Amino acid sequence: MIGDARNPRLTLLGTALVALVLSAVPLPHVLDLLRPDFLLLIVIWFALMLPRAGGLVTAWCAGLGLDAFHGVALGENALAFVVVAFIVHRFHLRVRMYPLRQQVLVVLLLLCLYQFLMFWIDGVTGHPLNAWVRWLPVLTGTVLWPVLSGFLGRLLTRR
Amino acid sequence: MPALREPGARYAPPRVSTLGLRALVLIGLSIGLMVADHRQQGLALIRSGLSAAAWPLQMLVHSPVAAWDWVSSSTRTRHELLTENEALRNTARENDLKLLRLEAIEQENERLRKLVNAAPRDAERVQAATVLRVDLDRLRHRVLIDRGARDGVTRGQPVIDASGIVGQTTNVGPMAAEVILLSDPTHAVPVQVERNGLRTIAVGTGDSERLTLPYLPRNADVQVDDLLVSSGLGGVFPAGLPVARIAEVRRDPSQPLAIVNARPAAALDRDREVLLLWSKARVALPEAEPPPPPVAAHEPRPKPRPAAKP
Repeated sequence: MIGDARNPRLTLLGTALVALVLSAVPLPHVLDLLRPDFLLLIVIWFALMLPRAGGLVTAWCAGLGLDAFHGVALGENALAFVVVAFIVHRFHLRVRMYPLRQQVLVVLLLLCLYQFLMFWIDGVTGHPLNAWVRWLPVLTGTVLWPVLSGFLGRLLTRR
Repeated sequence: MPALREPGARYAPPRVSTLGLRALVLIGLSIGLMVADHRQQGLALIRSGLSAAAWPLQMLVHSPVAAWDWVSSSTRTRHELLTENEALRNTARENDLKLLRLEAIEQENERLRKLVNAAPRDAERVQAATVLRVDLDRLRHRVLIDRGARDGVTRGQPVIDASGIVGQTTNVGPMAAEVILLSDPTHAVPVQVERNGLRTIAVGTGDSERLTLPYLPRNADVQVDDLLVSSGLGGVFPAGLPVARIAEVRRDPSQPLAIVNARPAAALDRDREVLLLWSKARVALPEAEPPPPPVAAHEPRPKPRPAAKP
């Protein structure tokens, strides 16, 4: 049970840092286009499974960290992260009960929402980039979800 | 996934009531940050603090590449080094010859400038910087270099490599600075065709091998292989630096504008080392595409100056 984990906040910090590093590891262009939004997946997982450890403020801080790390307008990712985390938090009791394939669908929708928000913010801030490759991370992120979810569940379980 | 309960938490009713409020506050905060950051550049202090905090992580990302470079450079054979040494000596000799001619030309240029009462060329300072192997954004063309405010880097400073303009600095942190490349779709640079002095603007396309010149009329005098140099308008890039070479000119009789593409002179996506340029008269302008001030338009175009040694 995750309930036995000693310090979920520490795990959250650790995994978030790893996700931040993974988001910037140099990759060949094709793989770079496919790179899933690791940090967002982590934020979704914590908002879903441990909403008390990883709530809205955590999501906001994570988004701000991503903004600072990648040098985009401060608040861009923070805003999108908070919206996604809010939805997850709001429905976490329900989504937790879903079977995995249904959960994956929810994650797909959430990742779509995130990309749409980023697309919208890009448009508002005056550099619209309407490239279809923008939507590739949604797919890879969805595929990654079962793996990541299983991994984090195991990580936070006392053996 | 089994139902999960948090460590040591007794059952508490979910606090739905404040959730929406908290979300609203955070969303408002994000929008405030974005507006402040985007409109007024008013968050320089916070941004540079955050950028300093990100620095260790960015170095961590860069470190495997740096380690590999170190390993490969320390395990090279004597033969390789000798060959390279020979090649470098040859280029140095050639460059010395060119420099001799250039000095004569510069003196002549100075004299002629005095004759026509033009302002003297500005002194330039150059510093080398390493491009960190950190992928910033898959859709935008930005790179991180290991020089920041600590080294005197400012926003909107030209960045070049040995063969031409690479881009300009945008966000400058204490240790590192971001460089927006010429090929970024939101970047534009005022250029001039070297052959005939025709001025226009080269815009990035998001493809690091292609710039586009969208504002040339169909009858404009451009040909494939024309060299584009910076025109010095806009106040960011000094005049006369190579920008790109025309790769394609298409004139569609039904279109008022020609479709012109150019290939950047600098190796935008392959550079390991770049040069930061300080020129005395450079005006720091906050935007990537500032309105070109009408100064310097009638000045004779100076010769492209080879990158000085740092």
